[in-house]
Amino acid sequence: MARTGVLTETPALDERLSAQENLEIYGQLYQLGRADARRRAGELLEQFGLAERAKERVGGYSKGMKQRLALARVLLHQPELLFLDEPTSGLDPVAAREVQDLIRRLHAEGRTVFLTTHNLAEAQALCHRVAVLEHGRLRAMGTPEALAQQFGGVRLVLEVAPADLTKALEVLPDAQPRENGTITVPGVSRAQVPDLVGSLVRAGVGLYKVALEEPSLEDVYFALHAQESR
Amino acid sequence: MNLPALEAIVRKDLTAVARSRAVLIPLIVVPVLMLVLIPALVAFAPRLAELPGSTLSQLQTFLERAPAGLKASLAGYTPAQQIVVMSLVYFLAPLYLIVPLMVSSVIAADSFAGEKERKTLEALLYTPTSDRELFLAKALSPWLAAVVVGLLGFLVYTLVANLVSLLTLDRLLFPNALWLALAFWLGPALAGLSLGTTVLVSARVNSFQEAFQLGGVIVLPVVGLLIGQVTGLMYFSVGLVLLLGLLVWILDAAVLHLAFRLFRRDQLAARL
Repeated sequence: MARTGVLTETPALDERLSAQENLEIYGQLYQLGRADARRRAGELLEQFGLAERAKERVGGYSKGMKQRLALARVLLHQPELLFLDEPTSGLDPVAAREVQDLIRRLHAEGRTVFLTTHNLAEAQALCHRVAVLEHGRLRAMGTPEALAQQFGGVRLVLEVAPADLTKALEVLPDAQPRENGTITVPGVSRAQVPDLVGSLVRAGVGLYKVALEEPSLEDVYFALHAQESR
Repeated sequence: MNLPALEAIVRKDLTAVARSRAVLIPLIVVPVLMLVLIPALVAFAPRLAELPGSTLSQLQTFLERAPAGLKASLAGYTPAQQIVVMSLVYFLAPLYLIVPLMVSSVIAADSFAGEKERKTLEALLYTPTSDRELFLAKALSPWLAAVVVGLLGFLVYTLVANLVSLLTLDRLLFPNALWLALAFWLGPALAGLSLGTTVLVSARVNSFQEAFQLGGVIVLPVVGLLIGQVTGLMYFSVGLVLLLGLLVWILDAAVLHLAFRLFRRDQLAARL
């Protein structure tokens, strides 16, 4: 445990203590001497932008500040392996972005970060390898790209003239309309794109936008969920 | 044993207690009431002798049933003075015991059930401390606080009681062997029992209030001692206090062993 750091789902800070006290006490629990714990607490409070309010009781902090302080606590003993449970849960977008940037910095410093999240976009943005768990069972594991290829596949996104939507769906029977007026054709390879676009043009469909879209982890998750349901 | 970690947890728990009004108020009010106000009122006890009524006759009945040692300790006092001696030395002794018991119970409820309620325990469970160290540290905070408050309470009581006895008897009654045994032997033992009971209760409940209220049943035996003395069923003596203390220390060992068996990191983490 001395080489790992765990960020629990709730910040689990003692709100009756100040930020400085919280960090110093945990520093000692992580086997730093009292002087080292104080110095390290000061460094981390500075690094996480909490130094000015270090002496205030944590109960008066915002949710984002508490989460930053909890992350600072995880780093007190400079662990090599970090477990972060829902690190941006409940944070506003600015605070969430700060935490995500911090996770990238931790990785850049050479630490291994094990992230648990329900936020698939966050997992896609931050993780090099992803494991999908459903009902406690491991359903898939790999890089986000590999999982996307395995379970989602690349799709073609087309924006057609609204009046030509029905005609476009007749020409491309596999296409599915989206709520925003575009249509998507799943499982398309790059080489198929010219033929598909050509068939629409020959049918006189007004075409405004053509894009190949990589599948997201969300697509992977839904594909896996659909498999489970079947 | 990771002593700096133990010290850090004790410091954390006691600092947090010192900043919680809900926890601190009973820790101040009860000792002041039991160890300052009530013994101060004993100064007015001789006046009871001047009132028409049965107070003195009740005391006489009580003394007739008392053992020889107690009778001897009261010899040479007027009946009015005997009320002062009986109150300060004997009747208020069980009340004194409520102080370490209550302090230990309040802080243990805050330290175990309160920590669960505030969801702060999980972070502690992931620190590189053993189950034994964690339990010991969490148990030490309430017990140390109870012993310190108990001994300070004993000092304050000694001052107040001596002031009262100087005014009414023209002599000092404290310290005496009975109260030294209460303060240094039975009080710390009861603090341990109260702590163990509250830890056991805390494992089953999810809030400080629930743990404090359920753990409070440990006061009942002490109330029983009080009633026993007032009704003349039993009398505190040095021998009785030492024996009671021994029994309670043995009970402490059993209850704390049981409590420690419930304090398993993996089970706690699964319940949080």
